[in-house]
Amino acid sequence: MSADIILETEGLTKEFAGFAAVGGVDLRVARGSIHALIGPNGAGKTTCFNLLTKFLSPTRGRIVFKGQDITAMQPADVARLGLVRSFQISAVFPHMTVLENVRIALQRLRGNSMDFWRSRSVLDQYNNKAMELIADVGLSDFSNWTAVELPYGRKRALEIATTLALDPEMLLLDEPTAGMGHEDIARIAQLIKRVAANRTVLMVEHNLSVVADLSDTITVLTRGRVLAEGDYATVSNNPDVREAYMGVGHA
Amino acid sequence: MVHAAPPSQAAAVKPPSFLRANAEAIAFVVMAAGLIVAPFFTYPLFLMQAMCFALFACAFNLLIGYVGLLSFGHALYFGWASYLAAHAAKVWGLTPELAILTGTATAAILGLVAGSLAIRRQGIYFAMITLALAQMMFFFALQMKFTGGEDGIQAVPRGYLFGLIDLKNEAAMYIVVLFIFLGGFLLIYRIIHSPFGEVLKAIRENEPRAISLGYKTDRYKLIAFVLSATIAGCAGATKAIVLQLASLTDVNWPMSGEVVLMSLVGGLGTIFGPVVGSFVILLMQYKLSVVGEWVLVIQGIIFVSCVLLFRRGIVGEIAARFKG
Ligand SMILES: Nc1ncnc2c1ncn2[C@@H]1O[C@H](COP(=O)(O)OP(=O)(O)OP(=O)(O)O)[C@@H](O)[C@H]1O
Ligand SMILES: [Mg+2]
Repeated sequence: MSADIILETEGLTKEFAGFAAVGGVDLRVARGSIHALIGPNGAGKTTCFNLLTKFLSPTRGRIVFKGQDITAMQPADVARLGLVRSFQISAVFPHMTVLENVRIALQRLRGNSMDFWRSRSVLDQYNNKAMELIADVGLSDFSNWTAVELPYGRKRALEIATTLALDPEMLLLDEPTAGMGHEDIARIAQLIKRVAANRTVLMVEHNLSVVADLSDTITVLTRGRVLAEGDYATVSNNPDVREAYMGVGHA
Repeated sequence: MVHAAPPSQAAAVKPPSFLRANAEAIAFVVMAAGLIVAPFFTYPLFLMQAMCFALFACAFNLLIGYVGLLSFGHALYFGWASYLAAHAAKVWGLTPELAILTGTATAAILGLVAGSLAIRRQGIYFAMITLALAQMMFFFALQMKFTGGEDGIQAVPRGYLFGLIDLKNEAAMYIVVLFIFLGGFLLIYRIIHSPFGEVLKAIRENEPRAISLGYKTDRYKLIAFVLSATIAGCAGATKAIVLQLASLTDVNWPMSGEVVLMSLVGGLGTIFGPVVGSFVILLMQYKLSVVGEWVLVIQGIIFVSCVLLFRRGIVGEIAARFKG
């Protein structure tokens, strides 16, 4: 395995009652790249993410992150290694404020999460750092809003701010722009480009202009298998991809 | 979908009144003052018993209300702590504070064991495992010699606090119970409003997200479980010293049900709810003792109406009005 591959899978397989949602996927993600995972609905993209972050256990196959075999690890430990995911349905802590959402991540990183005898006010020490992260995703005006009140696009932004609070080496984003309007999409795409400057990003994305704009490498998945791989030009000119994916009207 | 940035909401809403901003502190002062003057108006023994149950319910509520875990076997910690405290005071001749400590430590250990077995299960399976373990320990209590079987451990000496203060004096005993109750209550308040409590809240709100941020959520739930069992044990141990009795009633499943009822009536996930709920239920049992078994029917009706009509419980409903 070459040194600039941060994440690699070998024959990654997940079967649900005999049906292979992911069937023998070999994935190689280069360090520092933006790598897109695309494919029609039900192709197994989210299942792949669940396997990589250990929210599901693979039926077969191996996952290596930063040269370490993480196949048998607990999901929280994978996150602690620096591989942090977002969810297809936006994942915030709905009845906590924007500030509190981000602080939860900072608190994990900096300790004292087990302190049940101390006052919550010790968390105020993270406010400045949290506000910086919140400003980065354009949510400064919303910091004292309860997350559930935010419009959808802002929730996604909050989710990214919370993820970035962990300063992870690699981010997995599951459809970061799904359900957003044009303006929000542009903002999130900019944000991803910016945070990817010193990180690796693997993202599932249906919006092909976002994919074309951002990704260095694209892997096309259909029925749990890799159909094609390469940069946007290579992949979009592949006749199999045109038939299986581009033709289905996703753009 | 273009969202204009609305002005910060806090700026739009007028600042809360003094009463609202300090509602919890005020309620605490009222509760403490009420408990200080109450023995001049009603039976201290009833009040002490009620405080023990209130602390028990608060401990139970820490789990269901703030972690979202329904333990259906909390009598295990209450009852076994009560046995060990009674045994320590009567047979080992320990002073009351050490007897209560013995009972509390027993509950902590039992909580650690039971919690480790139950915590990985979700929802109804969690409730069933806690119930099964509690039933198993009930049978041990029934079979073992030191518990006194059907008779329980009777005539437990209240002893001398720190070897000095005679707790046969009702006023002294009352003050001790008041201290334990208020101390336990404040500890629970602190746990909920601590960095740890913040993580518990996040886990309750969205556990997969908490895991994806690197939290080992089972560990947090287990700590909460042990804390809850320990405080429930402290309540049971204190009760054994106050009533000078530890019996099968304390460790049997109706006791587990009763604490659910008390918390539900008062309001799950409200800090004062379980206190109000246990006083209401105990008062009702006491006033209605003339109607005999019908108390159970009435309790059943209250339970059902709480679930169907007043999910928020007494304190929850009041808080909702207050905010609205
Ligand atoms: N827990 C599960 N049990 C059974 N089948 C599942 C489970 N999770 C996913 N599947 C199936 O696996 C297949 C792949 O699902 P997955 O969610 O990974 O697709 P996806 O590529 O993310 O699709 P989408 O674009 O709609 O999000 C689907 O056929 C789905 O029904
Ligand atoms: Mg998906």
